[in-house]
Amino acid sequence: MKISFPHMGTSPIAFKMLVRDLGHEVVVPPRPSTRTLSLGTEYAPEFACLPLKILLGTYLEVLEQGADTIVTTGGVGPCRAGLYAELQKKILEDLGYEFKMVVLEPPRWGYLDFLRKLRFLKGDRSWSELWRVIKKAWSKVKALDDTEKALHWVRPRELEQGSSTRTYQRALKLLDDACTEEEIKQARLEALRMMKSVPMDPDREVLKVGIVGEIYVVLEPASNLDLERMLGEMGVEVNRSIFLTGWTRDNAVLDSARVKHGVTVKKAAAPYMPEMIGGHGQDSVGHTILYAQDGFDGVVQLAPFTCIPEIVARSLMPQVSRDYDIPVLTFFLDEQTGEAGVRTRLEAFVDLLWRRRRKRAGAGLYKPVASPAAR
Amino acid sequence: MAVKVGIPRTLSYYTYHPMWKTFLEELGAEVVVSNWTTREILDQGVKEAVSEACVPIKLFHGHVMDLLGKVDLLFIPRLVSTRGRKVFCPKFLGLPDMVRYSIENLPPLIDVRVDLRNGRRELWRVCCRVAEYFGGGFLRTLRAYLKSLKALARFERLLRSGLTAPEAIKAWGRGMDASDVISTGRGKQCKPDLRFAVLGYPYEIYDPFVSVDLVGKLRELGVEVVTSEMLAPEVLRRQSARLGKELFWMYSDEALKAAYHFFEYGGVDGIIHVTAFGCGPDSMVDKMMELEAKRCRQIPFMSLMIDEHTGDAGVRTRLEAFVDMVRRHERSLPGGGGPN
Ligand code: SF4
Ligand code: SF4
Repeated sequence: MKISFPHMGTSPIAFKMLVRDLGHEVVVPPRPSTRTLSLGTEYAPEFACLPLKILLGTYLEVLEQGADTIVTTGGVGPCRAGLYAELQKKILEDLGYEFKMVVLEPPRWGYLDFLRKLRFLKGDRSWSELWRVIKKAWSKVKALDDTEKALHWVRPRELEQGSSTRTYQRALKLLDDACTEEEIKQARLEALRMMKSVPMDPDREVLKVGIVGEIYVVLEPASNLDLERMLGEMGVEVNRSIFLTGWTRDNAVLDSARVKHGVTVKKAAAPYMPEMIGGHGQDSVGHTILYAQDGFDGVVQLAPFTCIPEIVARSLMPQVSRDYDIPVLTFFLDEQTGEAGVRTRLEAFVDLLWRRRRKRAGAGLYKPVASPAAR
Repeated sequence: MAVKVGIPRTLSYYTYHPMWKTFLEELGAEVVVSNWTTREILDQGVKEAVSEACVPIKLFHGHVMDLLGKVDLLFIPRLVSTRGRKVFCPKFLGLPDMVRYSIENLPPLIDVRVDLRNGRRELWRVCCRVAEYFGGGFLRTLRAYLKSLKALARFERLLRSGLTAPEAIKAWGRGMDASDVISTGRGKQCKPDLRFAVLGYPYEIYDPFVSVDLVGKLRELGVEVVTSEMLAPEVLRRQSARLGKELFWMYSDEALKAAYHFFEYGGVDGIIHVTAFGCGPDSMVDKMMELEAKRCRQIPFMSLMIDEHTGDAGVRTRLEAFVDMVRRHERSLPGGGGPN
């Protein structure tokens, strides 16, 4: 069996290890490129959301490379993501590909189905072995997320532009090479140490911007034109509301929202959007409010073009932004979005945020909040 | 003076209007429906709604604008689920919120949440909550509730006997039968020799402005129109087995199942899928229909996208071409001839 899976942020590093540990061959999905996108755009419906197109492109690429099984996640809606797999399978079969698609639905939707699929994936490994390798992969995902958080902190403070990104790439390599629980632990510590040793000015005044939006475009830099990096290099410390670790925890077994300030994100959003509308619409609104309460300078909302929940969220944002006095910049991303356009809008936004901060500092409204240094 | 309640003439209007109108009137309210869609209403909506929204949602904003100043209350229930486990498109779920934060100077909204997944009794509870706005007592509410259910049942029977939603609403309002409408109401048209399934959301197909009077145009071309609302629910349900994983959204699910039904059992000479510009669910529905059409080549398939600039002439040309194509196709079939 040659297994492949979607490319989302740094997660392939962990999933690749997981698949190998289970004794299967792996086709590592390449980072989505222009080619991926044009493949996806060619075969997906015009108004499909960007993630569907990129994923379809990725699947075409991994099938070309000989994958015969694609593992992905489903979902129960009410948004389209839950049906991606179904449609992609039909499209790919129509193109003449023969392969197996294993769609992992959240276990709370049906434990038996979930177990059956796990049994299929685990091959001849024992259940306890399966548990062990999943746990190990999880440690790696956590280590990856921690390293990325450190990067978010260091980047706006680096002395030489691009140095933290380069160090980060090396740190990822290190994590990629770690195979055992112990090695992962060591690699994590070493990666964090490397990030901290990037030459930087820890006292530099930076802006703080929260990132909210639809999970795929938030997590996959290739789909948002490396927006976090652009912001970072403009002297902005970004804080991402979604990490793979956070999301999986929410989605896998418990239906719990993360608790912050003793208020859940859903509760924060409730006065504006009382209904779970699928995707991350409600979270976008909720996180924006929490960011405002935490004294952030602004929020960037990332959404795929035609993304239903984010459109609903977008229509409430002006009011949220007024009520909580926090600027929000929304990007609807599609295959035509260009880097230059995004950069220009970001620069204008960053200018606005600086002016606001100066004005509020002058009025004695702004007290710099010390951000916790990278752990 | 009676309280004036405004109902926008779009979205769920084409599915539930007789029921809500009956209910509200029984409670003593005066129901004011917004005008039929016009260019101005659409333009208003385009101006007020978020620019990324689909045309039907923008249009809804336009209809709300049309009611401003004319009513004391606006009836915009939050439709979550009304048939089985299916839910409405997420934009319906957020509709009252979108309207509330996009349009200024709104009268109070009746935005009760309608989620019938916990059984039929939920509907009674919803009705009680609506009745609170009018201070209706228990008996009055109960009577209004029963009457509105009857109204809905009658309306759905009219739909099943082959009327389009606007025709059925009219017939329902005037106490006419389906046959009355068919014999008197449809004006000049030649005797149909073709039968098409026109699939899509009721608020696209039946809105004469949005659909550039698609149904009327087809009838003029000698085509009889069937829609998914004219099929019995059992017929649609039978298609469940053929879908791997069903669509979550009620309208989309029904359109797709209707398509599968016609592709499987025939009975129509062509299938037209009407899709709205910028509609999320439609991108999937349309692709799935297209793939199915490829497998069943006997029935010609066309998908027609409608946006805020769709012109009369363009649609007419495309329909004519499609009808011609279907006629040629019919003749080329073995035994060639009209519909069976
Ligand atoms: S949340 Fe947005 S991007 Fe995700 S499936 Fe729904 S519409 Fe597509
Ligand atoms: S189903 Fe499509 S057209 Fe209807 S509200 Fe949702 S996105 Fe808009």
